[in-house]
Amino acid sequence: MAHAFERSITGKIIGRLDAVEQALLRSLLQQLAVLLHESDDGAAQDPIAQLVGIQDLAERPVDPALLRLFPDAYRDDEAAANDFRRYTEVALRAKKTSEADAAIAILDRADSKVELSEAEAKLMLAALNNTRLVLATRLGLTDETTLEQLLIAEQDSGGAAHLYEWLTWLQETLVRAVMRDETN
Amino acid sequence: MSSTDTLELTEVELELAKPFACAVWNDPVNLMSYVTHVFMTYFNYSKSKAEQLMLQVHHEGRAFVSHGDREKIERDVAAMHEFGLWATVEQGG
Repeated sequence: MAHAFERSITGKIIGRLDAVEQALLRSLLQQLAVLLHESDDGAAQDPIAQLVGIQDLAERPVDPALLRLFPDAYRDDEAAANDFRRYTEVALRAKKTSEADAAIAILDRADSKVELSEAEAKLMLAALNNTRLVLATRLGLTDETTLEQLLIAEQDSGGAAHLYEWLTWLQETLVRAVMRDETN
Repeated sequence: MSSTDTLELTEVELELAKPFACAVWNDPVNLMSYVTHVFMTYFNYSKSKAEQLMLQVHHEGRAFVSHGDREKIERDVAAMHEFGLWATVEQGG
């Protein structure tokens, strides 16, 4: 558990996660995938809407976790924000959904090691980040309510704040493994 | 100093004169390393420029990470949303 993701001497990105950790990660990614699939209001399944990538009625999400994944692109201009949503949300949702599905598929084929190509590492990175965004929103993590406070409140129960902390560490090791290639 | 000298804008001034900017906002979730990675891979910024912008987001709450016309900035903002960063289209900047 001390390594998680790292880049091997041969340049491959390898995640050392035991069976319990893999199952835990898989279930968290699964929850993200379910959230993304369920929030689909049908427009993304409409082949024509999919083809042109435009949604007739792109509604601002009510669920704060979805709003964090699909934020307003304009702060003080509701009409412009809605227009932007109409033109981008189908593609954005499809991308996030496919990343979550791909990350799950990677874990499904993994044995004691999770081996990632560069492209897979980037998919996993995005899926991990989206999972953390959703979990943080559910936890009520803000600049004022810090992770330390949430962890103390949870004590040693191993609840969602502890899961979040673990995911954060996992993502940090993966970013570093990916960046080792970019900066060399 | 000849009169043409005063009309010449530096690259930085030209960049700032563009009407729209992509703002990235601080949040407690996105890792500093991840934000740096995003700025490097998407904008092709050097590691030092990417880190400088990331630190500006972290300390000042916001940084303008790119400038251009509306179409380009909307593309940049959409890309930042793909990466999970909290970004908005801003005028001026």
